[in-house]
Amino acid sequence: MKFTLSWLKTHLNSDADLPTILKGLTNIGLEVEGAENPAEKLGAFRIAKVLTAERHPQADKLQVLTVDAGDGPLQVVCGAPNARAGLVGVFGTEGAVVPVNGMVLKKTAIRGVESNGMMCSFRELELGEDHDGIIELSADAPVGRVYAEWAGLDDPVIDVSITPNRQDCMGVRGIARDLAAAGLGTLNALIVPTIEAAGPGPDVRIEDAEGCPAFFARTVRGVKNGSSPEWMAKQLKAIGQKPISTLVDITNYIMIDLGRPLHVYDMATLKGGLVARRGRPGEQVLALNGKTYTVDESMTVIADDEAVHDIGGIMGGEHSGATEATTDVLIECAYFTPERIAVTGQKLGLTSDARGRFERGVDPAFLDDGLSIATYLVTHLCGGSASEATRAGSPPLAVKTVTYDPAQCLALAGVDVADSEQKRILESLGFEVEGNDATFEYQDGVPVTTPATWTVTVPSWRRDVDGWPDIVEEVVRIVGLDQVPSTPLPRAPGVAKPTATPEQAIERRVRRTAAARGLAEAVNWSFISEREAAAVGGGAWTLANPISEDLKVMRPSLLPGLLSATRRNVDRGAASVRLFELGRRYLADKERPTVGFVLAGEKVARGWQTGKAQPFSAFDAKGEAIALLTAAGAPVANLQSFGEASGAYHPGQSGTLRLGPKTVLAEFGVLHPSLARQFGLTGAVVAGEIFLDAIPARRASGFMRPPYAPPALQAVKRDFAFLVDQTVEADALVRAVRNADKKAIVDARLFDVFVGPGVDEGKKSLAVEITLQPGDKSFSQEELDAISAAVVKAAEKLGGTLRG
Amino acid sequence: MTEIANLKAGLIADIAAADTLDALEALRVGALGKNGVVTGLLKTLGPMSPEERLEKGPPIQDLRESVTAALAERKAALEQAALDAKLAAEKIDMTLPADTGPQGSVHPVSQVMDELAEIFADLGFSVATGPEIEDDWHNFTALNIPETHPARAMHDTFYFPDTTDGNGDGKKMLLRTHTSPVQIRTMMNGEPPIRIIAPGRVYRSDSDATHTPMFHQIEGLVIDKGITLGHLKWTLETFLKAFFERDDIVLRLRPSYFPFTEPSVEVDVGYTLVNGQRVIGGDGDAPGGGWLEVLGSGMVNRRVIEACGLDPDEWQGFAFGTGVDRLAMLKYGMNDLRAFFDGDLRWLKHYGFSALDVPTLSGGVGA
Repeated sequence: MKFTLSWLKTHLNSDADLPTILKGLTNIGLEVEGAENPAEKLGAFRIAKVLTAERHPQADKLQVLTVDAGDGPLQVVCGAPNARAGLVGVFGTEGAVVPVNGMVLKKTAIRGVESNGMMCSFRELELGEDHDGIIELSADAPVGRVYAEWAGLDDPVIDVSITPNRQDCMGVRGIARDLAAAGLGTLNALIVPTIEAAGPGPDVRIEDAEGCPAFFARTVRGVKNGSSPEWMAKQLKAIGQKPISTLVDITNYIMIDLGRPLHVYDMATLKGGLVARRGRPGEQVLALNGKTYTVDESMTVIADDEAVHDIGGIMGGEHSGATEATTDVLIECAYFTPERIAVTGQKLGLTSDARGRFERGVDPAFLDDGLSIATYLVTHLCGGSASEATRAGSPPLAVKTVTYDPAQCLALAGVDVADSEQKRILESLGFEVEGNDATFEYQDGVPVTTPATWTVTVPSWRRDVDGWPDIVEEVVRIVGLDQVPSTPLPRAPGVAKPTATPEQAIERRVRRTAAARGLAEAVNWSFISEREAAAVGGGAWTLANPISEDLKVMRPSLLPGLLSATRRNVDRGAASVRLFELGRRYLADKERPTVGFVLAGEKVARGWQTGKAQPFSAFDAKGEAIALLTAAGAPVANLQSFGEASGAYHPGQSGTLRLGPKTVLAEFGVLHPSLARQFGLTGAVVAGEIFLDAIPARRASGFMRPPYAPPALQAVKRDFAFLVDQTVEADALVRAVRNADKKAIVDARLFDVFVGPGVDEGKKSLAVEITLQPGDKSFSQEELDAISAAVVKAAEKLGGTLRG
Repeated sequence: MTEIANLKAGLIADIAAADTLDALEALRVGALGKNGVVTGLLKTLGPMSPEERLEKGPPIQDLRESVTAALAERKAALEQAALDAKLAAEKIDMTLPADTGPQGSVHPVSQVMDELAEIFADLGFSVATGPEIEDDWHNFTALNIPETHPARAMHDTFYFPDTTDGNGDGKKMLLRTHTSPVQIRTMMNGEPPIRIIAPGRVYRSDSDATHTPMFHQIEGLVIDKGITLGHLKWTLETFLKAFFERDDIVLRLRPSYFPFTEPSVEVDVGYTLVNGQRVIGGDGDAPGGGWLEVLGSGMVNRRVIEACGLDPDEWQGFAFGTGVDRLAMLKYGMNDLRAFFDGDLRWLKHYGFSALDVPTLSGGVGA
């Protein structure tokens, strides 16, 4: 919402200076987004007369002017088509900064001809969009004077951001009222003119009282439309509104001045009376913005017997708008239901100044006054005679009252404001305050304090206020939030307990473990393309209105995002990529916290010790998965390895870690080459995902650990090598060996795999080291022999034979 | 000089002159071996009478001990010289590079979330979470944002087509536009008093230099008896001072509007220009200073408390929300939000944090 300081002062009697007003606006909730005085940047631009104009000797489209800006003739090269001798315009002298582009004017030669400045267009001075030619002022404009002073531009333009609840401040008068309440002046009384009306009002009716409960109108016949008077055009121009014609400018001016949108129809274009009704299927209207909109039955329109002329409360139609030729007009002052306007505007994707006001709820008690002011301005500025008003329907005028105890201000806002001050604030904002103040008396010999009970009547223009907290809000914002004392929160009783949930604690451990292991944490988009989602099994959630095709499906896996990031890094020349992400996968039933990682490129760079660069292998992925599961507190020793990861992985070089056959805690391995190719990755790429929500919660058992004392006797190690079928998985053999004597064998570790000379075709040799922990006394030879026999027997169950 | 004295001097001179361990061994055998000269002298002691042995024994014993000691000393010296020579031969170029293993990092968003959790833990706030795929009731309606409310247009919402939340009740599903639905879920599922923060991903259909379709927010909620705007003010001051580790943080509270709070307050933090860069701290109204909007907040609207099944006459409180990415940028000086989500290893290395930079109250919540 933009307005000039002089416009504000038509409503606000104040001698406050600009900084005080700006600070006041922000303090009361009307945030200042900008304030600029156009004169400040235009000080070096003077009114100048073109004395002579001749064709440039080297260029057809340029002219060589002599210009007098008060200090005698200067030569200027100019490309404007309207430059001619006798024209009075605006001249930027040497050293002036052109506002639109920041260019500093200096003496220069243009195609060999000296030029000493510039004759300017409105756009170059940021005074409008007009760039068809240089500015043309009236012939009597005083040559040599600073243009901005002469044109009355020394008037700061203030831009404030209005929150959606404050329709009343979408008019200058509402802002003035707020400032007056805050002590920055007094609000001038608004005197509504009396209309000398003759003849019956126009034929306007309502068929859609839900969308348009009130439609007031007058006609003015015999008008002459033309240019707006200087005072009106100047204010509109200053805030960036292009003056169009008196009739149109009047409606714009009143909308900005009083927050009251209006519409003016050229009666010559109307067939029969106007009706506010629902749109009909397929009905179209060419709106004033030059675009055609198709309305439907959910929308309210204003139509005559033949066509729709207005998308009610949002934008008028091109065909029935006022033009230079208009002689008879119908002025519409209606009330449109805010919800209807909001939905219609959203459906049509159409925003306008009128919509912005109607959908927030204009003052329903200001229809007659708004219509009178508009009619008055039309008859005075364009001539003509006004009709009586037609008042179809009635606006929602129900008066709202709020029961309020001024002590509620302290209770909710924590700031103690005297009752009398609260009353003053409310009344200056237009609220009426009645009821009893707090009293103290002796009743039956006992002191009794009775709290105040006020009945606060809400002004018609404050649709947003409907409860006592709103009243507190009004008081506090005018008093100033800086008056609210900072009050420490009481400490929660008891000792401090962890504030993170166990899940969050796990996530933190896993994240920092991954970082400590050399992986960099990425944060990737939660949404991926359909194609990427399909490559990892398809997504369950597809956006109806994605911002792009690349960000459309909620990811069912963290791999696509990580692989895309890997690709970007490879493209930037990264030789080695170690990335992880901790985030959610979005499945049909649930959002599942997951860790994903990708290792690509060189595991070890070529080095003076290690020789050639080494790639990552499936076992790097497995190692990472186990390390992260360990950090997450998963029962790693109890996990089973299965060679069945999802289709994202190489079928023969991937696996899963499970707790029981069904609960998959992690999958990992070499990425499937076709998936790698889809992401433009070559060479070995290994990856994995840890499914954090599948990890069983650890039972809370207090801080005490089970008792333990390191054994006194040293552990004994024994090696075994078994020949087994190639198909036997190493993990199965190690487990069998480990379980051969659960008491004595505390560890079993595979340390060699051999295929080759001495081992039959189809067989392999697996070597296992077992660790035996004696208890109170050392193992006897008989005991050791028995354990060995049990180990060999366990291996035999898997078809293994002890290698000689 | 006696014969033995001559012999001793000769042997010790020979030992001192021996320049290899082999030569030394030959000398040892020649002196102390089975047929050695010293051994021979010792053997002469056996047949002697005690008186004669008392006279002739000591010089011979002295000879043996001296030779033995000289041999040991020379051997040690030769061995040391041999070791020194071996080590000298083993010298390598210690300026060659060593492998220190890969360097990982924690993303700034994660780090700042951990910092915030730590700061608010000290104020008694627990961490709460909620779904990112929300229904419109939790994201809008329960927060006093009805279908036609203009505030809905303020949120550029991502919607899912014709989906329900699985209960078949036809709720419109969307990506949460703020972390505020976690307020609703917390109030509905728990009993006051409530003190929570809720960090997480949020989504808006917006993309330019300062907006990304996904970003991070943190929500705070306090519901208790007798909570006022004054408590909100103190909490935000305390939080921002702790976060930026500066005592000179100045807040500017401005009245604003959010459907779910009343009164609503926007919070700006003052900055000063240091070498042309905005540094948080100081009075924003001071010359050269300014204000940066960092937070939206307010007293929880009674309608929201009611929608969650609590009695607004009994319970009241405040809520606030702020952008985690933005806080990270203000504290650590990144200037491009989009880089947060690019996964560029060079950026992650530069702006990321070491695994051991765990924010703690004792060690500091900044790294």
